[in-house]
Amino acid sequence: MSEEGTGVVAHPEIEEDSCKGCGRCVAACPRKCLELKVTLNKMGIKPVGYTGTGCIGCGMCFYNCPEPYAIKVVKP
Amino acid sequence: MKTIEQKGMYQKFPRSGKDTRVTHYCAGCGHGIVNKLVAECCAEMGLQDRTIFVDPVGCGVFTYYYWDAAHISAAHGRASAAATGVCRARPDAVTIAYQGDGDLGAIGFNNAFQAASRGEKFGCIFINNSLYGMTGGQMAPTTLEGEKTTTTPFGRDPALTGHPLHVCEVFSQLQAPVYIARVSVADTKRILQCKAAIKRLFEIQRDRKGYALLEILAPCPTNFGMNPLKAAEFCKNEMEAEFPLGVFRDTEKTGVGEAAIPKPQAPSAILAVKPVPQFATCAELFGVPDGVDAPPAENDPSVPERRFKFAGYGGQGILSLGICVAEAARLQRRHTLWFPSYGPEQRGGSASCSVVVSGTPIGSPTVEHPDVLVCMNQPSYERFVGDVKKGGIVIVDASVPIMKQPPEGVKLHQVPAIKMAEDFGVPKAANTMMLAALRAFKATGLDDEHLETALCASFKKKPQLIEKNRDLLHRAEAALKQP
Repeated sequence: MSEEGTGVVAHPEIEEDSCKGCGRCVAACPRKCLELKVTLNKMGIKPVGYTGTGCIGCGMCFYNCPEPYAIKVVKP
Repeated sequence: MKTIEQKGMYQKFPRSGKDTRVTHYCAGCGHGIVNKLVAECCAEMGLQDRTIFVDPVGCGVFTYYYWDAAHISAAHGRASAAATGVCRARPDAVTIAYQGDGDLGAIGFNNAFQAASRGEKFGCIFINNSLYGMTGGQMAPTTLEGEKTTTTPFGRDPALTGHPLHVCEVFSQLQAPVYIARVSVADTKRILQCKAAIKRLFEIQRDRKGYALLEILAPCPTNFGMNPLKAAEFCKNEMEAEFPLGVFRDTEKTGVGEAAIPKPQAPSAILAVKPVPQFATCAELFGVPDGVDAPPAENDPSVPERRFKFAGYGGQGILSLGICVAEAARLQRRHTLWFPSYGPEQRGGSASCSVVVSGTPIGSPTVEHPDVLVCMNQPSYERFVGDVKKGGIVIVDASVPIMKQPPEGVKLHQVPAIKMAEDFGVPKAANTMMLAALRAFKATGLDDEHLETALCASFKKKPQLIEKNRDLLHRAEAALKQP
């Protein structure tokens, strides 16, 4: 979903050490482009990760996330 | 380029002297979602410099670390009383009380009800998660019929403890409130409706129209005993059946009393009330051994005091691991004390416990300089490793990067407990792996047999896990003993 000229592609930016791995965002994503990782973050929790494609920048992951700084969504 | 990101919150939350950006809420907590919406609405409406939040006692207590606006903390249940004072003393301010269902529905009900009846000019955000969260999941007035809590272990029985309290419906009988609504944060659609309702609450306060109450149904995964997704489903299916969503009153839009009050539906079968079983003794009820099985400790001055520290994040089974070692010591008729230490969060925060085992009576349960330190994550390792006594042992999960070396004369063992538990197909058994490590490295000074009995005793309420964990203990120990 890149906008002409800007070169920006919609995507989530994830702060892994702020994630508690609850999975609310994974369930809420309409494009199913989030998943819990197999590696651990600093707290020893498996955080969410972006699969790399499919994000439309709707922000549903952000609103379902109970943590203020775990997910930020960038869109064109 | 646009971004969807948090507005209206501090960049860092300097709680307990730590510079963290993470809240104290458990994974999947409804409070976290509401906290974000409140901060966002306050910022988007440009009201941060005018807003005074009155914070509660309960899980919502730390909002003053998060929302970038003015705050006052009230005593338990008194947020509406304190907000009355604030909104009268500062008529230019937007006053918002933030309360939970234990706070507003129980101890502070009359404070909130009378403030609403007087039509005080503040907005009240009322989080209903159907129980007392911070204190460990006890029954609240809002607990559903048949819902299991720590004080209604067989489900709430209305014959014994009454019916759920419908706060919005009760407040709707009053003349003064201008806005009363109930929303939820169980899914995306509801979260966006919740945001619109919070905005409406702020609008009413910005324009000083009068009293507004917004009840928000929120999941509490920890105390429901469910994973965050199941808890959200419970919130949507069971809680909404008892507490229907809707706008009960918005005088500007629909006029007093014109809004239809939704009728509660019949509760579902999963919340059917079961009769309370009769127990002969307290010991039987709580499943604890009586005096015959618990002989007193024996004095043996030849056994020196040994101090343990177990640390990790809440949910890793750190406190249970400590109890296991203490129980093994009790079985061996040593003097022993177990002392937990954790934040207000029940899951996800740092948790640690101290255990002291001795042949003679113990003076203090606290452990500043442990002989044995067991760490399951990086923050706890970095916090405690420098305190270990010379000649001591540190056992740390192998996923933790060793950025800080233990003091001289302290032996460090890196044990892949989390990975082993996963490889064995039981990720929750990482603490059993650590117990295996304690046995393999002879770190406890206690008999292997007692450690094993204590492990089995810790699963008394889940007997199907006893053999599984005993097996895991043996397999892990064998793996660790290999050179």
